[in-house]
Amino acid sequence: MRVFLIAAIAALIALPAAADEKPVQLKKAPGLDKVEANCQACHSLDYIPMNSPFPNAALWDAEVTKMIKAYGAPIDDADAKAIAEYLKANYGS
Amino acid sequence: MITRRHLLGTAGASAALALTGNTFAEAAGAGLTPGVPPGLGTVATMEALPGKKPLIKLSYRPPNYESPLEVFRTPITPNDEFFVRYHLADIPEVDAKTYKIKIGGDGANSPIELTLDDLKKLPAFEVVAVNQCSGNRRGLSNPHVVGVEWGYGAMGCARWKGARLKDVLEKAGLKKETIEVAFDGADGPAVDKTPDFIKSIPVWKAIEDSTLIAYEMNGQPLPHWNGFPARIVVPGWTGTYWMKHVVTINALTKPQGGFWMIPAYRVPVGKFPLRDRFISQENATSTPITEMVVNSLITSHRDGAKVNPGKVAVSGMAWDGGYGISSVQVSTDGGKTWSAAKLGQDLGRFAFRPWSFDFTAKKGKNTVMVNAINKLGQSQTPELIFNPAGYHNNVMQNITLNA
Ligand code: HEC
Repeated sequence: MRVFLIAAIAALIALPAAADEKPVQLKKAPGLDKVEANCQACHSLDYIPMNSPFPNAALWDAEVTKMIKAYGAPIDDADAKAIAEYLKANYGS
Repeated sequence: MITRRHLLGTAGASAALALTGNTFAEAAGAGLTPGVPPGLGTVATMEALPGKKPLIKLSYRPPNYESPLEVFRTPITPNDEFFVRYHLADIPEVDAKTYKIKIGGDGANSPIELTLDDLKKLPAFEVVAVNQCSGNRRGLSNPHVVGVEWGYGAMGCARWKGARLKDVLEKAGLKKETIEVAFDGADGPAVDKTPDFIKSIPVWKAIEDSTLIAYEMNGQPLPHWNGFPARIVVPGWTGTYWMKHVVTINALTKPQGGFWMIPAYRVPVGKFPLRDRFISQENATSTPITEMVVNSLITSHRDGAKVNPGKVAVSGMAWDGGYGISSVQVSTDGGKTWSAAKLGQDLGRFAFRPWSFDFTAKKGKNTVMVNAINKLGQSQTPELIFNPAGYHNNVMQNITLNA
């Protein structure tokens, strides 16, 4: 069910460049919905676990800011905060 | 061949296990370079892009796939096993029939357009050259830094054929005020606000004889994932300048701006022993990455491999920024004494240079260290030269072989 849902969201947001993009399942924890809604328009979610668990809290904050400021991710402050907290708790050090 | 069958076997297993989480990841996990962030092991898988053999998938979209170590046992990397690297996810299939390259910019007297046929009518040149991602081995940085966490395999060496960039620039009438030549590819960002990937090189590099607009790779059209129908080839320099699907070439009298020139792809000034400088882009603290540092890779064995006591043949590749490899030194006593490896076929100064070395393995643990030296006398570093983007990692390998 979960898998189907993510695939559906991904399909809505962007067409995968490669035909075979499989859903990337991140850890189920508070904030995951915000990550799934905001972090896969430009790239697949494997970018997150790939860069883990080494980032400390400041680095995850900086990464979310970088996505917004440098790459133009349209994410509001409340969601950005929830996403950063999720990343620190689940993919941080 | 054992290697290929092994890869295909792994991929078959992966497909069957596709949705079962960890088991799936472990299949590729076994092939990852030791030292990459542990999280990579949970998402890396052996997967085949259309037209490619299974490679190590780091990210699906944009596609970032590296070649497993065994691919580097030959000095020419097969097209279907050549690594794939994109920053941005909107990657069109370019139609060769309607494809055009626009050559212009404020440094060009008479802007022109070239079709693929026009390009092929120009005198053709060939060069065997290593294409290595600037971030190759980023995953081995200590401490880790963010980015695509490549192991050893974000590189390959191919025979590139194409027109010289300088011949094309000449047709567009290069003004003497030109300081840089900038490239844009047909691919772009998925979201408009993300900066497009545009890169420039200094004009002196653009008009070097070896700098090409290549339409062939190892005697074949370029694979889609490696820049079909044509890409820029900048022998000696890291992959960031080798623009894929190139559609715009601009001669510039002012430095190219944009995210991918600054702050991206920079190294701290003075930290690396490089000769090539990109002065129009340099500032007090950072400078664009330029040529590759001298480096080598053991490809006959993975770290921790089992061998039989007695004679063991260790081999691999060495390369640099285009000065040429003068020697490869091997130590089997932890760096106390070094002996010269035998160098293999010389495919030119920009190519992988094969090397091999025989030693007698004793029962138990054996170590093998390798250090390549180029014709400028530059050698690999014993300790990582840390930099925030994880570039230029040419730390000497030190692997263990268990007999
Ligand atoms: C507007 C597009 C966009 C959105 C939305 C986006 N990113 Fe990114 N992200 C990028 C680009 C571009 C890169 C660089 C890709 C590359 O170089 O391969 C990147 C890279 C990354 C990386 C690798 C490290 C780095 O800095 O290069 C991580 C981790 C990451 N993104 C996490 C996220 C998270 C978490 C979110 C959701 C808050 C997110 N991204 C949303 C565009 C985006």
